[in-house]
Amino acid sequence: MAATKRMRNRSHPGDSLFRSMTRPVPRILGWTSIGLVVFATLFPFYWMIRTAFSNNRAMFSEPLSLLPVEPTLGPIRRVLGLATTEEAMAEGGSVGSIDFTQYLINSIIVCTLITVFQIMFSAMAAYAFALLEWRGRDTVFSIFLVALLVPGMFTLLPNFLLVRDLGLLNSYLGIALPAMFFSPFVVFFLRQFFLGVNRSFIEAAVIDGAGQWRIFSQVALPIVWPQIITISILQFIFYWNDYLWPLLVGRTEESTLLTVGLGIFRSQTPQGSPDWAGLMAGALIAAIPIFILVLVFGRRIVGSIQSSGVK
Amino acid sequence: MATTPLSTKPALAVRVSRRYGQLAPALMFLLPALIGFLVFFAWPAVRGLYLSFTDYNLLSDPEFVGGDNYQKLISDPVFWRSMAVTLQYVAINIVVQTIAALGLAVLLHRFTRSMFIRGVVMLPYLIANVIVALVWYWLADYNLGLINSAISAVGLDRIGFFGDSQWAMVTIAMVNVWRHLGYTTLLIFAGLQAIPHDVYEAADVDGAGEFRVFRSITLPLLRPVLAFVLVVTVVGSFQIFDTIAVTTRGGPVDATNAITYYIYNLAFTRFDFGYASALSVILMLILASIALIQMRVLRAGHSDLER
Repeated sequence: MAATKRMRNRSHPGDSLFRSMTRPVPRILGWTSIGLVVFATLFPFYWMIRTAFSNNRAMFSEPLSLLPVEPTLGPIRRVLGLATTEEAMAEGGSVGSIDFTQYLINSIIVCTLITVFQIMFSAMAAYAFALLEWRGRDTVFSIFLVALLVPGMFTLLPNFLLVRDLGLLNSYLGIALPAMFFSPFVVFFLRQFFLGVNRSFIEAAVIDGAGQWRIFSQVALPIVWPQIITISILQFIFYWNDYLWPLLVGRTEESTLLTVGLGIFRSQTPQGSPDWAGLMAGALIAAIPIFILVLVFGRRIVGSIQSSGVK
Repeated sequence: MATTPLSTKPALAVRVSRRYGQLAPALMFLLPALIGFLVFFAWPAVRGLYLSFTDYNLLSDPEFVGGDNYQKLISDPVFWRSMAVTLQYVAINIVVQTIAALGLAVLLHRFTRSMFIRGVVMLPYLIANVIVALVWYWLADYNLGLINSAISAVGLDRIGFFGDSQWAMVTIAMVNVWRHLGYTTLLIFAGLQAIPHDVYEAADVDGAGEFRVFRSITLPLLRPVLAFVLVVTVVGSFQIFDTIAVTTRGGPVDATNAITYYIYNLAFTRFDFGYASALSVILMLILASIALIQMRVLRAGHSDLER
């Protein structure tokens, strides 16, 4: 009880400051606006789900129905490659060779590969910039930061040529490689947290005779572990959503990521009767992993985005 | 004495370490990132700059042509058209998004600290551009989409949100406002939280009204955060690609042929890598100058609190 009361007090620290808030009209107007924004944010997602479980043929006659039209798992089955041609045709769906199961596997492998290596190597670099003393450290760090400021478009074309010359087009490694070694953003982000590590822990480890690698992996890393998790989730989501680079480099069935697959599905759609239900089913499959991450880690993600704006 | 082997060894090590500190372990920790920086950033940047002075179709070797690509750019109507539609997009996107986010952030700050509401508002930002684009493409479809079906049900004319050249770029700008509103709101919200309460208390004691407080206190104190938000969102907005690539593909009649989409087409459907590289260089220069000018004008590093 006491805890709830404390939470309540904390949740409205500004109440007494704004006299207008205690008046009913601004209150109603304010909450109505917030409610509208929440509705406008969630409704398109609801519409995606509503469409993904509709019968594509029947849907055309009831475009305004708020519930799924003749509810069916058909669209999901068809984009996952589980439906027969007859089944797909009966529901007015496309019968092309789209296999989101394969794309899902590709996306999971590529994004995991990038995230694991990028975070590990970036953490090592951040450690060297924050907790080791060496000549030229600040100069090298500011050179690194230049990479943060240069738009991705500028290095995109030459990186495509590089990956092509390495013979890595249409492979997991080709998509992942440029991002695996470091991200200037992650180095910058983690460096701030390494700077906050209490030096006495490190000195104690030095006295115990620990080498730098042991100090990094067993003293410094565990202290910043919560931040490592947060930034890993953010980076995973970022690469999950990336479109242009995997579009250039992964063009075979075995290297197509979900976002690229969605683009292909959309462009294969015939002009006359598009398979909207199938398209939304594909979009839903690509979005579900992110929904789950947001449900589990939403608080951390909100916190880290907020802290990125204020120094 | 000092030259006996026994004593020189540690002396040298001490001297080296005094001079370079922990350079050896630092290099070991930096090695992967350094390789990544040199191979996938520095070298491509240099190569991109070089390619912008060549004629290169991906099949034969690049041929040095001096400033030809930059000359061509000046008299290329498609380039100027694409700059114009990009600016149109950035203007609509940034103005609407920043004002809406400012309003929403103030509302949230006044009325609720709910993590749930902030999480919901942020959700679109975490969903892929491609998914967001396709969901809205469906919602705004001319024949079967919910919005046009509703418009038609109340007896109005259907609107070609993506198909009409008057509407297409406006629609795409609004779709991306929808996606980025929550992110921008959260950044501004954090800025509002950082404003100390005693400033407001003082204003309250002085009897300042709601709008006076917003104009004279909130907005000036928010300036550093707004500067950061504007730099990040404007630079991001200029590179609009995904939404266009899965919906209008630059059309109708180049109405949504934004600069990055034009570069992509030049490189990967016309295989004019040299010219595409020159446009990339121009884009980078534009973005760098915009960021610099914004930082200057908005005096990003200085807060009015510190005076």
